[in-house]
Amino acid sequence: MSAVWISVIVVGLATVAIKAAGPLLLARHAPPPRAQAALEHLAPALLAALVVTQALGGDNGGFTVDARLAGLGAGAAALLLRAPLLVVITVAAVTAALVRLVA
Amino acid sequence: MHPTSRRTYLDGVRAAAPIGVAAFAFGLSFGVLARSAGMGRVAPVVMSATTFAGSAQFAVASILGAGGGLVTAIVAAVLLNLRYGPIGLSAAGAFEGPWWKRALLAQFIVDESWAIAQRDDGRFDRYLLVGAGMLLLVCWTTGTAIGAVAGDLVADPESLGLDAAFPALFLTLLWPQVRERSRLLAALGGAAIALVLMPFTGPGIPIVAASLACLVGARNGARRPS
Repeated sequence: MSAVWISVIVVGLATVAIKAAGPLLLARHAPPPRAQAALEHLAPALLAALVVTQALGGDNGGFTVDARLAGLGAGAAALLLRAPLLVVITVAAVTAALVRLVA
Repeated sequence: MHPTSRRTYLDGVRAAAPIGVAAFAFGLSFGVLARSAGMGRVAPVVMSATTFAGSAQFAVASILGAGGGLVTAIVAAVLLNLRYGPIGLSAAGAFEGPWWKRALLAQFIVDESWAIAQRDDGRFDRYLLVGAGMLLLVCWTTGTAIGAVAGDLVADPESLGLDAAFPALFLTLLWPQVRERSRLLAALGGAAIALVLMPFTGPGIPIVAASLACLVGARNGARRPS
């Protein structure tokens, strides 16, 4: 079997298992209150990490400052003006595209 | 308390529509990259339909394309997808029914469907998650297929600024949560952990490590009645 298909199958099976792990492990019993409270704080912690890594992550780790950061800044400004989701992400994308066009 | 929800899968589809455009465009570029990396036409589409995780797939294609070796590609992709461990744990309460159904519906978890599915009380809505995940899966896989076949006809999604749509999406969905002080602390902690680790670890690890910031919530665990 070629390296391509081995990687497709192994990565696919691993990802299926990782995604299923949480819902399989936790669904039988409700966790104790402290653990439940920690779980409810997973989302903001992970979302914030996603904002940081998606805005600043380089292709091979490390930081890359580019038009994404300008796009995120413009999106944040739209957010402060109470713009809805569609407007925020459109503003972010258009700003990043314009910055790339000019730069 | 029984979680009565008036949401339907269609609400999830609608909520994900704006980001579906970006998922389609990046699916196109994954198809183009994967084919030029020697993955052929079929394998990239199978990968998009089954692995369904953009950054890990881009890593596999670029590592194989650069001659980086099978083990390197697999390890990089699995590290990138380890974040679905804590992400799946956070959303576990949304899934019900027999084990196979929970395992199957959990496959619709991607960063974007998970983020969209958050409710104001910090829990997750299964209908939003699965509906959003279905749309994103269709957009991502269709884009991959067209990119793998049509190749160079496709515009670069980064020239359209679509890579900036993702952090803006996550920021928008984070926004309503951080009005509560303990969640603001968790968000700041998660961002700080990711920022500190990014220069030193490969991609993937910073997000997994950031989940430790959820422990700030354990301090006031008895506060919230269930």
